[in-house]
Amino acid sequence: MDIFFYITAFVTLFSTIMVITRHNPVHALLYLVISLLSLSVIFFLLGAPFVALLEIIIYAGAIMVLFIFVIMLLNLGKETAAQEKAWLKPTVWIGPVILSTILLAELFYLIITAQPPSYNLQTVDSKAVAISLFTPYLIGVELAAMLLMAGVVGAAHIGQQKKTVLHRFLKEEEPQ
Amino acid sequence: MNTPIAIEIVMLLAGLLFVLGIVGVIIRKNIIFMLLSVEIMLNAAGLAFIAAGSRWAQPDGQVMFIFILAMAAAEVSVGLALILRIYHQHRSLDIDKLKEMKG
Repeated sequence: MDIFFYITAFVTLFSTIMVITRHNPVHALLYLVISLLSLSVIFFLLGAPFVALLEIIIYAGAIMVLFIFVIMLLNLGKETAAQEKAWLKPTVWIGPVILSTILLAELFYLIITAQPPSYNLQTVDSKAVAISLFTPYLIGVELAAMLLMAGVVGAAHIGQQKKTVLHRFLKEEEPQ
Repeated sequence: MNTPIAIEIVMLLAGLLFVLGIVGVIIRKNIIFMLLSVEIMLNAAGLAFIAAGSRWAQPDGQVMFIFILAMAAAEVSVGLALILRIYHQHRSLDIDKLKEMKG
């Protein structure tokens, strides 16, 4: 079982690195979906099956579709990829990457050499989550509902196209 | 499923993912990529919550992840609407070209 975790962790890290280094937005989105899927496998291995399903349904299903819609709407294609390619030169990032890799190696060494306490993971099923969600955290659920409502109203308000015509002789140029 | 995965390794994975998200926010100049990196960071925080929740076999970690999920959905919808507005006004998603806010 342990080896599954390490393989999945590697897939997650690799696909996340690919996300932040791709030039084309659609390619980056594809890698991000892979990253989310492998993260949900990790959740499942950690004994949280309900959240693993939520990760796939909401993140990979809903939020990524929003991103894809926006990218298709903006028609981001080859020019964006070329721009990003011009910005991401190796001379820019190679120095900080080397230095931070040293720090990361130190962190890794410190964590590996510490004596971890042994324990067994237990599955927390969706019933326990639901009971906890709707009894002590009920106020949080309602706050989340208000936040989502505010998000929807805000997105609808920001996203609407306003045509401001000051006067019929002073018509502003249409922004396309 | 009793899998003895050391909590430190999972936390290390969450930290690595969070660092990758920060790196993405710093090095990219396209707003869409920055928003994607913010999503990566939120995921890393969620992974830390899940790992801690399963370490003590409590449902609180998963509850927190559900809250993070709701927050991410609201944030993405507002952020993408803002991106659409910015693109319609400036014909570009380059953050260097959006200097008129003087921020």
